[in-house]
Amino acid sequence: MTLTVVGIYMLLVLMVGGLSHRLFRGTGEDYFLATRTIGPFVLLMSLFGTNMTAFAMLGGAGEAYRSGIGVFTLMPSAAALVIPTTFFFVGTRLWALGKRHGYITQVQYFRDRYESDGLGLLLFIVLVALLVPYLLIGIMGGGLTLSWITDGQVPEWVGGLVICVVVMTYVTYGGLRGTAWANTFQTLVFMTLGAATFIYVIHAMGGLGNVISQLQEQHADLLIRGDHFSPIRILTYTLIPLSAGMFPHMFMHWLTASKLSNFRVTLVAYPICIALVWVPSVLMGLVGNLTFPGLSVPASNSILVRLISHYSPELLAGLLGAGVFAAVMSSLDSQVLSLGTMFTQDIVRHYGYDNRMSEMRQILVARVFVAGILVVAYLMSLVSSNTIFALGTWCFTGFSALFPIVLAGLFWKRSTKAGIYASVLTVVVLWVYFFMQGFGNADYTVGGTGIMAVAVITPASALALILISLMTKPPGEAHLARFFADSGA
Amino acid sequence: MNKRIRWILYAAIVVLYVLHNDFWFWYDPRVVLGLPIGLTYHVGYNLAAAVLMFLLVRFAWPSHLEVDEKTSPDSAAGGER
Repeated sequence: MTLTVVGIYMLLVLMVGGLSHRLFRGTGEDYFLATRTIGPFVLLMSLFGTNMTAFAMLGGAGEAYRSGIGVFTLMPSAAALVIPTTFFFVGTRLWALGKRHGYITQVQYFRDRYESDGLGLLLFIVLVALLVPYLLIGIMGGGLTLSWITDGQVPEWVGGLVICVVVMTYVTYGGLRGTAWANTFQTLVFMTLGAATFIYVIHAMGGLGNVISQLQEQHADLLIRGDHFSPIRILTYTLIPLSAGMFPHMFMHWLTASKLSNFRVTLVAYPICIALVWVPSVLMGLVGNLTFPGLSVPASNSILVRLISHYSPELLAGLLGAGVFAAVMSSLDSQVLSLGTMFTQDIVRHYGYDNRMSEMRQILVARVFVAGILVVAYLMSLVSSNTIFALGTWCFTGFSALFPIVLAGLFWKRSTKAGIYASVLTVVVLWVYFFMQGFGNADYTVGGTGIMAVAVITPASALALILISLMTKPPGEAHLARFFADSGA
Repeated sequence: MNKRIRWILYAAIVVLYVLHNDFWFWYDPRVVLGLPIGLTYHVGYNLAAAVLMFLLVRFAWPSHLEVDEKTSPDSAAGGER
């Protein structure tokens, strides 16, 4: 039953992705950016679905099971303000520059803005290195989930394989439009199914009032943040969502908007979407303590799946499985496409063809890269151990720490190429240092103080950027005019 | 006037950011509106963020960034300079 539901779901996704192909215009800009024609609703769903991973649904619930309501403060609540603010100040401006100068990738923007090929190459390497572990997490998470929901009937490698094949099919075939449409469909699916399973389970347990009073009696410590979270950790964690400003896949989706005003709906709806997904997820994690007390750390990560299979018919378990796949694939597709686009544009087209490459060939190369990246990522996922899940926060940390460079590019005319180099290199060095210190310890904070590594690396990267920029020669006015012409704010 | 509203809203972002750390509810066990108060507060926080975004969109929108449909980019498919 479960497998049938998941199977039907996969076919639906393929159909949605395939349907988009009817609008395909056969040009490079259409494959990479849907010719910048995406409307407000699809933009919101693509951005939200891309940024919301399966770990919000499963990992968030697991964390709430262990540490209580504080997890809502730690992650979603911080993101609710920081992410739309990033879109407001950074996304809109990059959209405008992308449209005016015809950029497709972040590297093109930075290469042009700071007149440096070397800087572009360095950024390319850093962005790809930070994104690949994130791909692996998605593939492995999907495989694990399918094996949980089916009680181990389906081995992990099958789930991962199914995800890779489905994503490869609609991304190579449909390009960005296929990805955006499939994202929209999948985001709606995981939001609806998440809400439905929540209502069903809470109802089966005797209603919300009842479960909260039971929790008050048995697990009062989980209903407060208390000693599970230190204020300094919560405060410094608020820098993590800045990563949305530097993700290649977010950049790609920003550029697809047909009009600047399309961002309006996204900005206002984003915090509400976050609450809609996370409140049920956190509450389910909490109530999991009543039905399944005393689970170990790895076991508690599947608390959502356990609750569903305990309380609800098999159909719902299948639907939840589909919801989790939706969350996994709606992130994976955009990440893979953005990597394929970067390889095609920033490396093959820039270095191999001196920027003169036929559009048909660009599309072909991108398709080959998308397929190749998925094959490699899948093979890597077979040999990676589950400790890779701990890499998630580290990927975010790296992207957040790069945020000062996009801020400087957009708002600080005095910033220089050398300043940006210094900033990126600072991030690389400090990231590696903290990673060596902290990897393997899920609750790692700098020197055990509660301060997240991101709160050290990001200011250091900003400081390096400012100091070195001020010590080097300012860029010429004529060059700057191309980037600041009418950005009066 | 318009500029003043813009800066007031920018300041509101900072204020809301600071309000994220509600240390005063850290150990408060009360249940408000059916949820533990530490959670109720942050659900309200998400709504407040949505309201602030609405105000930013309404009163501080960077409309000078809108690119005229007729002016085409430098080149069709990602030309650089």
